[in-house]
Amino acid sequence: MSDARPTDSPETGDSVERDALPSGAAIAIDARNDAVAQQDIVLWTEGITKRFGALIVLRGIDIQLKRGEVLGLVGDNGSGKSTLVKILCGFQRPDSGRIFVEGKEVNFHSVKDARSHGIETVYQDLALVPQLTVYQNLFLNREVTRFGRLGWLSNNKMRRLARQYLADIKVDVPSVDALVETLSGGQRQAVALARATRQEAEILLLDEPLAAMGAKESALVIDLIKDLSHNRGVSMIVIDHNYTHLFELCDRLNVLQDGRITYDQSVQETSIEELTELMVAEYRRRVTAGQRELKR
Amino acid sequence: MSRVPPEEEGAAPASRYAERGLSRRVSDVLFQRPETTIFLVAIALIVYFSIRNSAFYSYTNVITMAQYIAPIAVIGAGEVLLLDLAEIDLSSGQVYLTAPWFVVLLTRRGVPLGWAIVVSLLGCVAIGAFNGIVTVGLRVPSFVATLGMNYVLAGFVLIASNDITSDMVGTTGKFGKIFGIGNWSEGLWGLGIVLVIWGLLKGTRFGLHTTATGGNELGSAEAGIPVRSVKIWCFVIIALIAGFIGILDAIRIGSLDPAAPGLNEMLSGVSAAVIGGTALTGGKATVLGTLIGAIVLGVLEDGFNLIGISANWFILVEGAVILIAMGINVQLGRMTARTIT
Repeated sequence: MSDARPTDSPETGDSVERDALPSGAAIAIDARNDAVAQQDIVLWTEGITKRFGALIVLRGIDIQLKRGEVLGLVGDNGSGKSTLVKILCGFQRPDSGRIFVEGKEVNFHSVKDARSHGIETVYQDLALVPQLTVYQNLFLNREVTRFGRLGWLSNNKMRRLARQYLADIKVDVPSVDALVETLSGGQRQAVALARATRQEAEILLLDEPLAAMGAKESALVIDLIKDLSHNRGVSMIVIDHNYTHLFELCDRLNVLQDGRITYDQSVQETSIEELTELMVAEYRRRVTAGQRELKR
Repeated sequence: MSRVPPEEEGAAPASRYAERGLSRRVSDVLFQRPETTIFLVAIALIVYFSIRNSAFYSYTNVITMAQYIAPIAVIGAGEVLLLDLAEIDLSSGQVYLTAPWFVVLLTRRGVPLGWAIVVSLLGCVAIGAFNGIVTVGLRVPSFVATLGMNYVLAGFVLIASNDITSDMVGTTGKFGKIFGIGNWSEGLWGLGIVLVIWGLLKGTRFGLHTTATGGNELGSAEAGIPVRSVKIWCFVIIALIAGFIGILDAIRIGSLDPAAPGLNEMLSGVSAAVIGGTALTGGKATVLGTLIGAIVLGVLEDGFNLIGISANWFILVEGAVILIAMGINVQLGRMTARTIT
C-alpha cells in the first residue's frame, strides 16, 4: 500500500486526491465495513490540520493506532511530530479534522479531557516529583486515603499496591520508599510509565522516552514499553530520533514529512536503510524544488 | 559503598536491592533523616548546660524555656509549610505581634473578649489569604509580597496604638490560665499546634500535595493537584497559627509593645526550620526538625543566660550554630545521594 506513495507518486497529484476526499473517509469506510478492524483500532484521526499563522504545520493527518501496538513517528525537526502529539494529548486544538477514540469521536479541550479518555502523555522529568518517593509519585493526586474527607494517607496500602504493580510490570527500583531523585534516568522513566499505566491509561504518548540514556538504561525502558504493549494491551505512539531505538521498540512506523504522513509500514517490512533513503530523498526533492523555484 | 559495579546500574535483577545489611539500613536511616544533626546538637547542648548549671533542668527553668520555645516552634512549623513550597512568609512574625493588637483594639470598642479573639484570628486568616493571592495571583514573589505585608502591619500597629504601650486584655481568671498564663499553657498549645502541622504535612493528602508542589510545580499541576489553592492555604495556615500563638504570648506577658520588631520572631522561626533540616528550595521539609531547631535556639538563649554569658554572645553563637548545622546538613545530604545511587 505504501511502496509507491511517498517518493514515486507525483506530489501534486497525491495532495489533490487527498484534498478532494472528505478527510479520511476511506479509513472510516474501511472501519465501518470491518467490525473487527474497528475494534482493533483504538485511536484514529481524520484530516488533522494545524497552522500557526502563515506556517502550515499539519496538512491533513490520518493515523491509525491499533490496540497494543507501538507506533513510531519519524520525521525531521519541524515536520509536525510534536504538534501532532500535542493535539492528541489535548494540549493544542486542531484547526480541522476529527479524532476518534475507541470508535467514538472526541473533542479535547484540555489535557485533562484527553486523560479522561485514557490518553496519557509521559514526559521523563516533567511529571515526577524528585523529592517524593516512588510510591508517592505513583499515586500522586490519586492517593489512597482513610477517614473520608480528612484525607489521611494510607501509606502502607499505597506501598503494598505500588510494590505489587511494579512487580507485575517487572519494574525494578531499589525500594518503593526510595526518593525519585536518587533513581537513574531509566528507572525514572520506568516510574513515569508505571504511573501512567497504573491510572488505566490505554493510550500512551511518549516523547523521546529514551533521550539521554545509556544502553542498559534504554534496554530497561524498551523492555518495559514492549511488556506494557504486548501483555497489557497498552497502545503507544512514540517519537524518537534514533532509528535503532525505534526499530527495537515499534511495531509500525509512520513518517511525517511536510505535515503529511508519507510512509506507513510495519518494522518487519522496512529497514533503517530504507527510512534513511526516504528522508534523504525528501531532502533532495526539496533542494531541487528550491532550485527550480530560483531559476524561474 | 555499593557492591554492584556502576555499569550494572538500572539493569540489575530485583534481588540486588534486598541484600542490604542491617548496619547499612541503620546508617541509611541516620543519614537520610535531616533531623539527625540538629538532634545531636540539641542533646549536646542540654548535657553541657545541665553540667554547667544544675538550675538548667529545674522545673521553673524548663517552663521558662517552653514559653520561649513555643512561639518560635509554631512560627517555624508554619514556615516549614511555605519553605516546602519554595515560598516564604516574612510577615509571620509581624502577624504574631499584630493579632493581640487586633484583640486589644476591638475590646476597646466594646467587643466582648471571646469575639475579639475570633475576629482577630479571622483577620489573620484574611492576611494570609491576601499574601497567598498576591503571590499566586499577581505572581509577586512571596519574599516581596510578605515583606510588604510585614511593613503594612507594623505601620498599622504604630498608627492604631499611637505608639503607646498597652496592657493586654484577657489576662485574668481561668481564661487567662488556659490561654497563656498557666505554667504549661503556651508550651502545650505550641506543642499541640506543631503536632497538628506535623500530621498535616506527613499524614494527609494536603501535606503531600504541598511537598509535591514545592518539588515540581508544573508536574504537580499536570497531575491535577490544585497548586494555587494549596499555596494560598499554606499562607492562611501560617498566619492563623502565628496570630494565635501571638495572642497567647501577649496574654502571658500582659503588655504590648507597638515598636517590637516582628522580623526577629519570623527569622527565629525560619532559623529553627532551616537548622532542623528544611531546605529553602522546596520539597524537603521536616516539622520534627523544626521543633528540635526551636528547642536548640531556646536552650542556647536560656543556657547562656544561666551560665552568665551576655546576650550579645548568644547572638554570635546562634549565628555560628546556623552555619555549622547547615554545613553538616548539606554535606550529609550529598553523602546520602552518593550512597544510594
